[in-house]
Formats: sequence, structure tokens, C-alpha cells
Amino acid sequence: MYTSLQQFFTTAFLAAAILFAAPSYADQPEEQHEHPVQEHINAAEHEIEQNLEKHEEEFNIGQMIMHHIADSHEWEFTHGVVLPLPVILYSDDRGLEIFSSSNFHNEHHSYNGYHLVHGDSETIVPEDASREIIDISITKNVASMILSAIILILIFTSIGSAYKKNKGKAPKGFQSAMEVVILFIRDDVVKPNVGPNYEKYLPYLLTLFFFILVNNILGLLPGAANVTGNIAVTMTLAVITFIIVHWNANKHYYKHLVSPTGVPGALLPVMIPVEIVGVFMKPFSLMVRLFANMTAGHIILLSLFGLIFIFQSFMIAPVISLFALFLNLIEIMVAFIQAFIFTLLSSMYIGSAIEEHSHADHGH
Amino acid sequence: MSLLTPNPGLIFWMLVVFLLVVFILAKFAWKPIINGLKERENEIQGALDLAEKTRAEMAQLKADNQKMIAEANAIRDSILKEAKEASDKTIAASKEKAALEGQRMIDAARETIRSEQELAVKKIRTEVATLSIDIAEKVLNRELKDKAAQQALVAELASSASLN
Repeated sequence: MYTSLQQFFTTAFLAAAILFAAPSYADQPEEQHEHPVQEHINAAEHEIEQNLEKHEEEFNIGQMIMHHIADSHEWEFTHGVVLPLPVILYSDDRGLEIFSSSNFHNEHHSYNGYHLVHGDSETIVPEDASREIIDISITKNVASMILSAIILILIFTSIGSAYKKNKGKAPKGFQSAMEVVILFIRDDVVKPNVGPNYEKYLPYLLTLFFFILVNNILGLLPGAANVTGNIAVTMTLAVITFIIVHWNANKHYYKHLVSPTGVPGALLPVMIPVEIVGVFMKPFSLMVRLFANMTAGHIILLSLFGLIFIFQSFMIAPVISLFALFLNLIEIMVAFIQAFIFTLLSSMYIGSAIEEHSHADHGH
Repeated sequence: MSLLTPNPGLIFWMLVVFLLVVFILAKFAWKPIINGLKERENEIQGALDLAEKTRAEMAQLKADNQKMIAEANAIRDSILKEAKEASDKTIAASKEKAALEGQRMIDAARETIRSEQELAVKKIRTEVATLSIDIAEKVLNRELKDKAAQQALVAELASSASLN
């Protein structure tokens, strides 16, 4: 088992080395001089691979961690147990291309004119640098997201049918367990913060809470994806909240942006930019909070496990495991807290935008 | 820095999956759940309201009963009183009537006795007259023979016939 783990981290180290060799490759695929760089990468990759065979003991914890929290085109549950996921590429000249990511399992990590670049996160780049592709592959994160979506739909449609079936009766079993959470979100998070018109936003906010919660908890499982610790996911959630807030905001909200109440005229040139920055800071803080909390949790846990391989001693393992157990419990708590906070803040942003100001409120 | 660079493909899938989940759950999960919860809350509230109302009604009913019992008692008392008064009155009236009737009967009896007496006296008088005439006749018949004896006889008769 020990050697297989070493091989695993060797691969991680290899991936890291490629990243160092081509730090800006993924960002500038359209530049003409990329083709020789590509060859250079391939050459560097092979060189590193050979070096690694000589120095198998070397272990780079930073790269190991990055490999684990980043997205991937295949789902590696543990070393050797890999679920290849579909790669979906769109390009103007070739149209839609769908093939398995296992096709990249060759010496050059290339298939059909595409090259899989390992790095912090994997990128697929065309070998012909003049081509532009859009990568909408089912990556590890997408697969995990779909899994959690299926879990959510199965759980809550069954609870929904239980409410129809047990009409007029007391809830029982799983239905009553989830009812507590649903009622908590409705009565203690949504209702007081959104205000009297909360029912319109309740389906979104409930889904938001349970989607984040399920993904947070799934992310804690060994070999699982780090969905809510991915900035694309949290950004999408934050942008949806932003759109809902500004789509439903009333005129008081927009008026408040350009003429904040109780601010002297001389301060307006300062206050208006502050207010407008605040509008964008709110979803930005939502995005960063969830992403940073979940990613930080994963990094801490992975760092603890990495210590075992740095010390290369079984004596340290029980101590580390105890720490990791403790942190895992904290991470379960964080999973709930972050889902709760995201929902709470979304409710507050919606509530502040749709709040009806009575005239008596002004002038304080 | 790739950690902080959102991947467009992931954003696309995230949007698709999340909006699909929101849509499906809103339609097939949240709607029945929220409606079920609301219905149950309304039912419980309704039951509590009904219990409160029933309790108030019971209290009202009890008060009404109390009032009715008091009223019935008062009515009974007044009826008894009236009945007593009526019976007293009747008894008094009967007594008076009986007394009057008695008096009347006594008066009638007295009247009858008097008329009977008068009749008897009249009859006696007639009898006496007849007797007197008979006596006189006899006396006259005898005394036609003896004058002295006749006078003695008349005196004797007269004295013996002192009536009344």
C-alpha cells in the first residue's frame, strides 16, 4: 500500500512539474509561438518523469494538495481506481467532439490533436495552437455536482410525495427529520430576513441551502470532488443571488444607491462610489467566503495527511489521524455553517432590496 | 492561481445543473412540502381556535345554565307563592261562602219555622174556633134546659179553654 501511495504522489509531483514548466500556457493558447512551447512541455514532462524514477522518495506536498482540490477530467477515487469521464469539446471547425478522457492515458497525454496539460487544474489544449476550443467536459466536479443533484432530487421529491400521502397526518421518519431543517430555513432564515413576501424566494433559498450542504458534505468524503471549494461554482451561485436581488429590487433600493439617506450633499461624491462598490462586494464576499472556507478545510486536512509522508514514519500517523479526525468533525460543522451563512446572507440581500420603506422611517 | 480562475465549462454545467435542480425541486418538492406544512399549520391553528371557541362557548353555556336555573328557581318560587296565595284566597272565599250559606240556611230554617208556627197558630185558632163553636153548640143545646147549669158550664169551659 505504501508504494502505491508513493506512485500516486509521484504522479502528483509530475503534474506539478508540468505546471512550473508552463505557467502561462493555459491563459494564452492563441499566441502563435505556442507550438514550440508545447513541444518543450512534452520534453520537460519526459525529463521530469525520468528524474522521478530516480528520486521516487521525493514528495511535494503543495502539489499533492493542489492536485486534490483542483478539478480533473477523470475521477480518481484512489490510486488505480479511476473513472474516466466524458470530454466534451466544441470548436468552430470540428464542431462538437465527445470522447472518453481515458484516451489521454498514453505517453504524450494527447489524443486526436488535443493535449491534456496537467497542472493545478487540468486543461485540454489543441496541439494546433491556432485553433480555439471551448471545453465543456463532464469533469470530476461536474460529475459530483450531478450526483448531488440526483441525491437532492431523490430525497426531496420523496419527501414531497410523503407530504401528499400523509396529508392530515403527523410526519414520520425521514420526512420529520428534514422538516426540522426546512422549517428552520423557512422560519429562522428566510422569513425574518426577506420579509412578508418571502414565499416567492423560498424555493430558491431552500435549494441553495441544501445544494451547498450536500456538496459540502460530499466533498468531505475520501476521493470526492471539491465542488463548493471551486470558485466557478461559488461564483455562479453568487451571481444568481445577485441577479435575483437586482431583478426584484424596488425603487427605494436603487434610489438609496444614488442618494443614501441622511448623508450630507458634500459627502455624496464619496458615498455613491462606496455604495456602488458595496453592491458588487456583496456577491463577491459570498463567492469568496464559501470557496475559501471549503478549500481551506481541504487544504488543512490534506496538509495533515501530507505530514505523514513528509516524516515518512508510521509513528506520527496515529497523532495525525487524531488531528485529522478532529478537523473532519470541524469540517462537518463548517459544511453546515457555510450553507447556512450563504442562505442567510442571500436572504438578507434579497430582503434589503425588496424592503418597503414607510415614510416614517426616513430622517433618522 | 488556477484555483482563483473560474473555468467556463464548469460555470456552464453549474448553471445548467443548479437551475435544473431549482426548477425540479421547486415544482416537485418545495411546492408540496411548503403547501403541506402550511396546511398542517392552518389545521393546527384552526383546531386551537376551535378549542378556544368551544371553551368560551362552554363557559357561556355554563353561565347560561346557571342563569336559567336561577330563573327557574325564581319562577318556581313565584308560582308556589302565587299558588299559595290563590289557595289561601280560595279557602278564605270558601269559608266566607260557607258561612254565608250557613247563615242563609239558618235564616231560611228560621223563616220556615216561623211560617210553620204561624200556620200552626192559625190552624189552632181555627181549631179553637171550631171547638168553641162546638162547645157553644153543646152548651147551647144543654143550656136550653138549664140556665144556671149553662152559665156554670160556660164559665167552666172558658176557664179550661184558656189557651196561649
